[in-house]
Amino acid sequence: MTTINTRESAEDQTVGTKKAGGFTATAANYIDERTSISGAVKELGRKIFPDHWSFLLGEVALYSFVIILLSGSFLTFFFQASMAEVVYDGSYAPLKGVPMSVAMSSTMDISFDIRGGLLMRQVHHWAALLFVAAIGLHMLRIYFTGAFRKPRELNWVIGFILFILAMAEGFTGYSLPDDLLSGNGLRIIDGLVKGIPVIGTWTSFLLFGGEFPGTDIVGRLYSLHILLLPAIIVALIAMHLLFVVVHKHTQYPAAGRTNQNVVGYPVLPVYAAKAGGFFFIVFGVVMLIASLFTINPIWNYGPYDPSPVSAGTQPDWYIGFADGAMRLIPPGWEFVWLNHTYSLNIVVVLAVVGLFIVTVMVYPFIEAWITGDKREHHVLDRPRNAPTRTAIGAAGVTFYASLWAAASSDIMATHFHLTMEGVIHTLQATTLLGPILAFFIAKRVCLALQKKDREIVLHGYESGRIVRLPGGEFVEVHQPVDEYERWKLVSYSDFKPLMLRPNAQGKIGPAEKVRAGLSRWFFEDRITPITQTELSHAHGDHPAAITDQEHQSEITDK
Amino acid sequence: MTTIKTPRTRRPRKTGRRHPLASIALIAVGLLFTGGAYAAFSTSTAVATTDSSSQQTIAEGEKLFAANCATCHGLSAQGSAEGPSLIGVGAASVDFQVGTGRMPMQMQGPQAQKKPVQFTPEQITALAAYVASLAPGPAIPAAELLDAAAGDAANGAELFRINCAMCHNVAGAGGALTEGKFAPAIENVSAQHIYEAMITGPQNMPVFNDMNITPEDKRDIITYLKYVEDNPSPGGLALGSLGPVAEGLFIWIFGLGAIVALTVWITAKSN
Repeated sequence: MTTINTRESAEDQTVGTKKAGGFTATAANYIDERTSISGAVKELGRKIFPDHWSFLLGEVALYSFVIILLSGSFLTFFFQASMAEVVYDGSYAPLKGVPMSVAMSSTMDISFDIRGGLLMRQVHHWAALLFVAAIGLHMLRIYFTGAFRKPRELNWVIGFILFILAMAEGFTGYSLPDDLLSGNGLRIIDGLVKGIPVIGTWTSFLLFGGEFPGTDIVGRLYSLHILLLPAIIVALIAMHLLFVVVHKHTQYPAAGRTNQNVVGYPVLPVYAAKAGGFFFIVFGVVMLIASLFTINPIWNYGPYDPSPVSAGTQPDWYIGFADGAMRLIPPGWEFVWLNHTYSLNIVVVLAVVGLFIVTVMVYPFIEAWITGDKREHHVLDRPRNAPTRTAIGAAGVTFYASLWAAASSDIMATHFHLTMEGVIHTLQATTLLGPILAFFIAKRVCLALQKKDREIVLHGYESGRIVRLPGGEFVEVHQPVDEYERWKLVSYSDFKPLMLRPNAQGKIGPAEKVRAGLSRWFFEDRITPITQTELSHAHGDHPAAITDQEHQSEITDK
Repeated sequence: MTTIKTPRTRRPRKTGRRHPLASIALIAVGLLFTGGAYAAFSTSTAVATTDSSSQQTIAEGEKLFAANCATCHGLSAQGSAEGPSLIGVGAASVDFQVGTGRMPMQMQGPQAQKKPVQFTPEQITALAAYVASLAPGPAIPAAELLDAAAGDAANGAELFRINCAMCHNVAGAGGALTEGKFAPAIENVSAQHIYEAMITGPQNMPVFNDMNITPEDKRDIITYLKYVEDNPSPGGLALGSLGPVAEGLFIWIFGLGAIVALTVWITAKSN
């Protein structure tokens, strides 16, 4: 085994910063005497991180963010966030002599006349797409393994706010070049804002400094994009990582892993080397993509002009679900009342998307309330062992995916030779019915998998070997599952629906009734974990002579 | 060529057909004559085949029309329930529809699809001549209006963004319309067909007449489209020039896919 089992509380002898060594030791000692840093190094260097590919997704997001910061700094040296009008005179022929904003013109210069500028722009944009995608996948991993449970609920919220801020960063960045695509995106935002009853128009004028598009918006978005949002993101990332250190890392269930330990590699030297190397791998992948594939060809889009809109105008992928939600609204959802137009087509989208976002953000608290689970959890759930949670997740993913797909309805129509109306109607159906279907399918699949696990633990794998016993009976030999595997299969805790209990006044309030009802719904279908008794009985079923190696069926308590 | 002055002796013997350069001059004259005659001949034959007004061509076109088009468009191109009247659509319309393979249609659908061209250029000319003879309509554009090198790409790009991009996409990659109709990608479309599409408005496309976009502006649009076609994207592979959808799909499947594969590799246990 390459894993090292360490108790966090165990104190070892001090890290070797001996005075006797050469220059390194002297320098380290010099620094330590002035900063007392050895305590922190000792603490951090011995942190244990479990090894699993899915634990690196958050790191991918972090590294993408570093790449974004580096390439973004380069871009700020040359980008000018001004909407003053100039006539383009750079090297791209089809835009020569075309009036455009300074923002667009300086982005064109970055793309065509500054050495390495186009590569940096593409690195920045591709890394941004990867950043949000990695956050998304990281969040799915956290959700489906139940890593958001106590004590990590707050870190889930921080992470979710980071996801929202990343989308905000992405959208403000998308809008900066002031090309046709970004202008169209801003026009949609303007329409959304204006669709809010009562305050909409005022808010839009406040945002754009007058009627859209005005001459202020790029400068304002620039301040947000390079100053305010990155500062908040950096602060929240620091908190997010601090929490990871404080809570210690979660781990997948396996032999020897408990709620009291962490099985993995220490940060120094193994994990630091791996993680440091992994940064360069991510950087390399982004560089490779950026040098081979065009992203956001603003020279095709040309300067923003409110009249043209290109076919295939979409936001970047992470805003797609909101764009798709608007495309799915049937026509005619607005009415005039008291000389004011009420745009339900926009209000409903804002409400549904907002509700969805808030629900995802507070989900850990909802689940904790329903289950009444107040224990700390450091061992992750296998998704099948929490069927209702997995099913809720599958429903959420289906809902999001339907909205997301709707943002590319026109591209689907042309490329798969479908009608636009057909695509939209299908996605309207999957948005409403898909989550329900996904919920039931996912839950049934989870329960079936749990049953299969149970079967494997109790009876072993089918070996296909039929043996005739001396008495004439035929039995199939089952290959017993080995102890490590069995640990993984049986180590999950059982939950039961909450009991309705009267409070101190001897009454059962309506909130308690709702809670008990939800808890029943959450846990009603479940496969109870295998007990020790069941296990010892199970092996009595089979002739002991067949399983020739003696296997200890005892399982160390969890 | 014939006046060679040599102020030397023995001049009388080196003049006329005995001059040293006489054979060269003879060859030159011979080449000029044959070349000229060939050119004159081939021009006259070309004129003969493209003479869209000749009665013979029109008659030929009428025969082709009766055999291939009349089922839907009617025996005298008056139209039917299956296809519109072609009286007054002009030679440009026929040249576009038949020259890009859209006509004869393979099947009835939301719109006629591009497919391999079914007729030779001579046959297309004949068909166009026949339809043009029925009533006046847009003619096949003159060659100087199709010269992409003579146009202004910047002006063309701006006109394209304003008039064409909402259906055809800013890079001419195509886009969706309602009820299964679509604006096709404008890649590898000849200048002549682009021009003809603008003046005739095939399928769901509006007509851009000369009052709307002048012939020179149309040429500028062609210049821009040819520029996009001939110059690869400066940023690398263009992913179909489809915009953020293609980019998002790419980063999820190939970007994040590669990264996840690498995380699996990094955390794999050594054997």
